Amino acid sequence: MAKNLKPKTTILDAKQMARIIRRMAGEIIETDRDLSRLLLVGIRTRGVPLAEKIAAEIEGMEGQKVPVGILDITLYRDDLSTVAAQPQVKGTHLPRSLDDCIVVLCDDVLYTGRTVRAALDELIDFGRPKAVKLAVLIDRGHRELPIQADFVGKEVPTAQNEVIEVSFQATDGTEQVRILERGTRA
Amino acid sequence: MTPQTPLRWTRKDLLGIADLSAGEIELILDTADSFAEIGERPIKKVPTLRGKTVINLFFEASTRTRSSFEIAEKRLSADNINFSTSGSALEKGETLVDTAMNLQAMAPDLVVIRHGHPGVPHMLASRIKAGVINAGDGAHEHPTQALLDAYTIRRHKKKIAGLKVAILGDIEHSRVVRSNIHLLHKLGAKVTVGGPRTLMPVAMEKMGVEVAYSLDEAIHGADVIMMLRVQLERQGKMSFPSVREYFQLFGLTTERLKAAKKDVIIMHPGPMNRGVEISSELADGPYSVILEQVTHGVSVRMAVLYLLSGVHEETV
Amino acid sequence: MAKLLIHGGRVIDPSQDLDGVFDVLIEDGEVAKIDGAIKKPKGAEAFDASGRVVSPGLIDIHVHLREPGQEYKETVRTGTMAAAAGGFTAVACMANTEPVNDNRSVTELILSEGEKWGFARVHPIGAISKGLKGEELAEIGEMLRAGAVAVSDDGKPVMNAELMRRALLYAQHFGVAVIQHAEDLTLTGAGVMHEGEWSTKLGLPGIPGAAEDVMVARDIILAEDTAGRYHVAHLSTARSLDMCRRAKAQGLRVTCEVAPHHLILTDEEVAKSGFSTNTKMKPPLRSARDREALVNGLADGTVDCIASDHAPHHADEKDVQFNLAPFGILGLETTLSLCLDRLVRPGILSLPRLVELLSTGPARVLNLPGGTLKTGSPADVTVFDPSEKVTIRAASFRSRSRNTPFDGWKLHGRPVATFLGGRRVET
Repeated sequence: MAKNLKPKTTILDAKQMARIIRRMAGEIIETDRDLSRLLLVGIRTRGVPLAEKIAAEIEGMEGQKVPVGILDITLYRDDLSTVAAQPQVKGTHLPRSLDDCIVVLCDDVLYTGRTVRAALDELIDFGRPKAVKLAVLIDRGHRELPIQADFVGKEVPTAQNEVIEVSFQATDGTEQVRILERGTRA
Repeated sequence: MTPQTPLRWTRKDLLGIADLSAGEIELILDTADSFAEIGERPIKKVPTLRGKTVINLFFEASTRTRSSFEIAEKRLSADNINFSTSGSALEKGETLVDTAMNLQAMAPDLVVIRHGHPGVPHMLASRIKAGVINAGDGAHEHPTQALLDAYTIRRHKKKIAGLKVAILGDIEHSRVVRSNIHLLHKLGAKVTVGGPRTLMPVAMEKMGVEVAYSLDEAIHGADVIMMLRVQLERQGKMSFPSVREYFQLFGLTTERLKAAKKDVIIMHPGPMNRGVEISSELADGPYSVILEQVTHGVSVRMAVLYLLSGVHEETV
Repeated sequence: MAKLLIHGGRVIDPSQDLDGVFDVLIEDGEVAKIDGAIKKPKGAEAFDASGRVVSPGLIDIHVHLREPGQEYKETVRTGTMAAAAGGFTAVACMANTEPVNDNRSVTELILSEGEKWGFARVHPIGAISKGLKGEELAEIGEMLRAGAVAVSDDGKPVMNAELMRRALLYAQHFGVAVIQHAEDLTLTGAGVMHEGEWSTKLGLPGIPGAAEDVMVARDIILAEDTAGRYHVAHLSTARSLDMCRRAKAQGLRVTCEVAPHHLILTDEEVAKSGFSTNTKMKPPLRSARDREALVNGLADGTVDCIASDHAPHHADEKDVQFNLAPFGILGLETTLSLCLDRLVRPGILSLPRLVELLSTGPARVLNLPGGTLKTGSPADVTVFDPSEKVTIRAASFRSRSRNTPFDGWKLHGRPVATFLGGRRVET
């Protein structure tokens, strides 16, 4: 954990997360009846396990395998000139042409909206999807761009000095969502 | 469990392989992996270096390296400008120091430089704020070539550690061989250099390599063979009498290749002299990865440009 | 004329086997007496040399003063001022000026400039060949009559064996040494540093040790055949040193000098300094093995003297890439401190032996007046502190140029004062 961050509350445990994700998968199925054109694209890093879980739920519910892609938005960030050193690039993997696809971008937390803006820029470079929608596990407010999610797991109002920590088994060894607080120096 | 802090690139310049750690080398190669995919997209561009200025300063003619850098720069959306020798102030005898000061006044973000004299990129790097990438300084180093060679080897052999690599040709005048020796050693490979005695530098074994004066000895059991371009006109008449003699003694042919391992790969930094250092048959055959090297060159150079562009004055 | 008493110093004069605390009395520009506790005569000046060393004035027999023609690098005035600041009372300067010193007029110009400014005695070395072209003998007799002390084409080698042979014969009419910059240019080629492990690593074209050795070998044979006096300038390789050792054992009139940078730095310095052009000179910095052999040669007497090969170059000229920079570094203002710190302090040389290498030795090689404090000799005296801490600051050099690799070096030992004919030299 980065220094200065203290856990404040756990807002979701593993069971609650699973229920929410199942509900989101249901909403997606409800909105886009034609699942054959659906593509779930997880934004690195934690958007990926979210996308995979939603895909698994959809398969469980409808028997339809939905392809999952991985989007690394590092190269499209708008803050590269100001970060300390170039962030690690892990690579983008999209399974097929995006033309005519219904893409559902998946990310763990929606905050300022800049990550999603970068993801949209990158998607457009791959083709012309029929529609792009956004699914996020947590919406914590404080938008800096006119971006909103189509499928939201939970809305969690937060203060600026708080951080939402989402943990998945695949990436962090546990499943939970916590609020952490940036400590002020005594 | 604390995740290991990933290595970050913190050098302002890429001047050579000699000073890099194995970790830094692997960072570049891993980053290049992510960039390889961009060349397969319909829109081969990312906005990462948008608005950044890259100056390509080529004091020596080069189509291959320069166009590779140019493509890499454009795919990262950078604005690039080429200064080459013909007809420019560079040719009119402007000193390096003056060139550096003029460049600095234009405030580029990165400069890619190739020059016939060793140490020139280092001189430039100490005088300008922009990051400097050495695209070849005389017979000294050519770091991006060694990096793309390593990337290519990794694609075929998975690991570089433990491999036996043979580098053949005009060792004396080759910057590619020096950079490759540094890199391959840092990643744990064994290197043998082979070539005529008249083109083998003094005390070569002090670089930690085996030295062979016959082709067969050099490639014996090799996993990778790197052929160097032989330019007899450049060497002067005293090093080797003729192209015909060179091919007789050191030309790589299908027959002679049998001394190497069955799954050997053949590399060449280009451009090739067919029928001098390598037979056409081998150059175009299944063992050759020469064209792949060119593709990987773009990915590796994109990775280098990306990593260096993130180093700012405040962070150096 | 004036009287001067230099008192309380450790007087080291190898020419008299003198080494002890004595006072030196100077009268009328000559050494009058050396004794313990001399009473200061009335009206005499005094110079307190306690804790210091008093020696015959140091002589650097390999210096480039660059005048006439390249005054932007150095002049006789600035060069001799640098010499005095470095503890030297005399220099011998090479002929590769513009125009070349291959005639009486240039010799006289250099001499008169030296006398005018009075910082140090200047002994011009005349060219061996006209215009340093290596084709015809220059007017050696004329130059020597005008005041030149030896002949050399230094800067360039005499490549033509026949010309060298003739020079060795001809010079004997005048009893002077023929000084050779030993380098076979065909072996040097485009070389810019020593050919070895480091030139290989750096990808720089190399100058093999053989370039020097084949020339020294050739010239020693010619010296033998002609019975001539032959001096190797800036000797730099173990093999050449060995050949000189054998020539001396044979009784040949072969002498040699070594420059301080070859005793202290090696070819690795080019890499360590990041291609600094202040590590580029001819002959180049050689291997560790060569350096070690040269240091041993100082102690065992094979090397006759230390000479700096002071070669000033303007900052703009040296501020280019390694391949293009001119060869040469400064020496006058660093030699004494370097030798005291790196040769005497670690116990490689005794102080008397160092004094010999810097005064008696050079005087003997070129038959110069000086290098002694015997009664009646001109009072050219150097006073130096053998252990005082000093940091080399190129920015404060009296030389017009700044091309030294030793800037910032912290050393022990420094010059304190020089006296020319009993007169204190102020720089």
